[in-house]
Amino acid sequence: MINSHDVLWGQTLLYTAYVVVMVSVIIWFAYSVTKEGKTSNVSKTFFWGFVAVLVVVGFSLHLVTYNTIPWVKQDLHRGDTVADQQFDIVVENHEFILPAKDMVVQCNELVLFDVTSNDLTYGFGLFRDNNSMVMQMQVVPGHRNDILWKFEENESLTIRSTEYSGPEGFQMIIPDAVNVVGCA
Amino acid sequence: MTTNTAPTPSSKTGFLKTLIDGNEGGLKADGLTPAQKLSLRFVVVGLIYFGFAAIEGMLMRIYQIEIISFIGVEQYFGILTAHPLVGIFGSSYMIVFGAFLFVIPFMMKKPLWSLKVGQASFLLIAIGTFTFWFSGFISHYAALYTLYWPLPADFDQFSALGGSFFIAGIALVMVGTLLFVLNVFKSIMYTPEGWEQQPGGALLSSALGFTGFANLFRKEKKEHLVPLPVAAIARGTVDVALNALIITFSGVLILVYMVWHLAGIDLADTAIDALLYKNWYWWGLDLVADGLVLIFVAGTWYLLAMLITGKKLFMQNIARAALAVELIVSWTVWSHHLLSDQAQPAILKIVSGELVTAFELITQGLAIFITLATLWMARPLKMTNELKFLLGGLLGFGLAVPAGIMQADMGLNRILHNTQWIIGPHVHVAIIVGLGMTLYAAIYVLWPLLTNGVKLYSQWMSNVHFWGTLVGGIGMGAFMGMAGLQGMLRRTIYFEGEFTPYMWLAGISGALILIGFVFFMINIIMSVGLKGLLGIFTKSKLDTKDLVPAD
Repeated sequence: MINSHDVLWGQTLLYTAYVVVMVSVIIWFAYSVTKEGKTSNVSKTFFWGFVAVLVVVGFSLHLVTYNTIPWVKQDLHRGDTVADQQFDIVVENHEFILPAKDMVVQCNELVLFDVTSNDLTYGFGLFRDNNSMVMQMQVVPGHRNDILWKFEENESLTIRSTEYSGPEGFQMIIPDAVNVVGCA
Repeated sequence: MTTNTAPTPSSKTGFLKTLIDGNEGGLKADGLTPAQKLSLRFVVVGLIYFGFAAIEGMLMRIYQIEIISFIGVEQYFGILTAHPLVGIFGSSYMIVFGAFLFVIPFMMKKPLWSLKVGQASFLLIAIGTFTFWFSGFISHYAALYTLYWPLPADFDQFSALGGSFFIAGIALVMVGTLLFVLNVFKSIMYTPEGWEQQPGGALLSSALGFTGFANLFRKEKKEHLVPLPVAAIARGTVDVALNALIITFSGVLILVYMVWHLAGIDLADTAIDALLYKNWYWWGLDLVADGLVLIFVAGTWYLLAMLITGKKLFMQNIARAALAVELIVSWTVWSHHLLSDQAQPAILKIVSGELVTAFELITQGLAIFITLATLWMARPLKMTNELKFLLGGLLGFGLAVPAGIMQADMGLNRILHNTQWIIGPHVHVAIIVGLGMTLYAAIYVLWPLLTNGVKLYSQWMSNVHFWGTLVGGIGMGAFMGMAGLQGMLRRTIYFEGEFTPYMWLAGISGALILIGFVFFMINIIMSVGLKGLLGIFTKSKLDTKDLVPAD
């Protein structure tokens, strides 16, 4: 099953390859544009072909991610999904108020985090021990902020606010607040 | 632009003489027209504010490597709040407005509508920027440029008095901006004294793209009355105006809360819906990032390509159409900033956040292609400063726009939002490499016209500036991006050294940008001389509306 680590690794590879190509093209262009060439014409077919590539790349990205990244469909259809577990969390005065000190999550179950802010706009993110992000969402006061997630590795996760809420906000960290158990 | 081959001051006296008088006599301020002085004032103050933003940026880069003891947390977030605003309004707006107030009369072949209104714009934006910067420095007002409600009205964390001055400074900038908008459209439409009556409505129609749109349905096509770069400026200026109105409206709202608080009455912040506020504010704010910047930049690339090659633009009707599409896209694209807001309607996330945003890849890709094709068709070209900086600018947006398209995806945004990825490979590469190098190219190409042909002091320094900005800008974005992919957030502080190796590399890259900028400023000052530099700010001795001196 794909997790955030896999997705970001794929993104790193793709974007790095793109950067290498783009930089190479500009270096080649900068060299060639100062030289006499056999032809200096740019065909309209080449131009429209390039436009077609942009259209395909621009829109297919979302189709690919919709069909390969599991949390996209899960998120769009979360209103029609019954969660196996639910945690109601409140945020107030730059503090997360958790339903339990240790929130235990069963492996492969759908878990709903419903986070309510009583004052400012915050963020709600889960992070691994190595500081990499599992997921996050914004927590807007006066609105429902819920996210559905499935965990597939035994791990302890840290809750951290992922949105700036004033100078006091950077301390909004609760280490090992979510524990995933039961994975083979 | 002509340059000396190397800085060869024979002695300290020679160096000091050049510093004071400029290179080979430097800038003769007495020979500058009011129009030249106006544009140069904008550009000089814009560059000074870039220096502010660059130093602030370096302070924050160092802070992420090791906490600086004399900068408290409140001060750090105050810097974080002022930094982008000084960079956008104090620097980018100033340089762009100064250049455009020269380019429009230059391309339209008629004087600027009002030099006085131009001067008022200059003063209001310069003073407004200093006001919000200074009030943030003193009071540590730190609601960030995003101002997510109700943070700007959270008086448990921020001083209402300091915040009032901060918002008042922004308001001054917005008034100056609206005066710029007025000057742009009047300059396009008006009839100068003694001229045959100009078709104001038709000129405006051409500038905004209505003529081009109507031509799609006409058998006999009407000619474009306005040159393509002016059309780009006009369309970008529409977004400037809308953005100024939204920011002014939001600022007034925040000021109301501040003033009532100072009067001893706390208004209920729940009276404003935080999500609705976030939508309208991002709608307005995004008119800068995804609107006027992209349109102005594309227009500047086209202008540069035409001036560098002396030829017409490749596929110029398509370029005009793409600018019109970009304008409409910029009004409907804001929701990609709310992909992680769970209460945001899914339809807005998909249509505005993902699909409309994808158009920016197309419009910006087209602009890059058209510019490169125009240059290619005129080869061989000499690798001048304006050409090399233009290529740097194209590369910057070539890297930054796809990075933005990736994060404007519901799947990827879930794990990228508010990480260093957003602010590194996307924002800073776009601004420092893409926008910055495009503006430097414009400065180099306009330099002879603005200074009456002052010779550049050192090509070597110009090269240091070029490579420092290019390598430093891309490097900083790359290392911030790597940290972001490892989970490092923006808008926060890490005390345990979690991402120190990346931050060291980003810091070294940032230092390269700053070194490049310092060399650029030294080069400019040595070229024009301190006398010439100060002379820019005195009243012109030439009583003319012409752009450049008659002789």
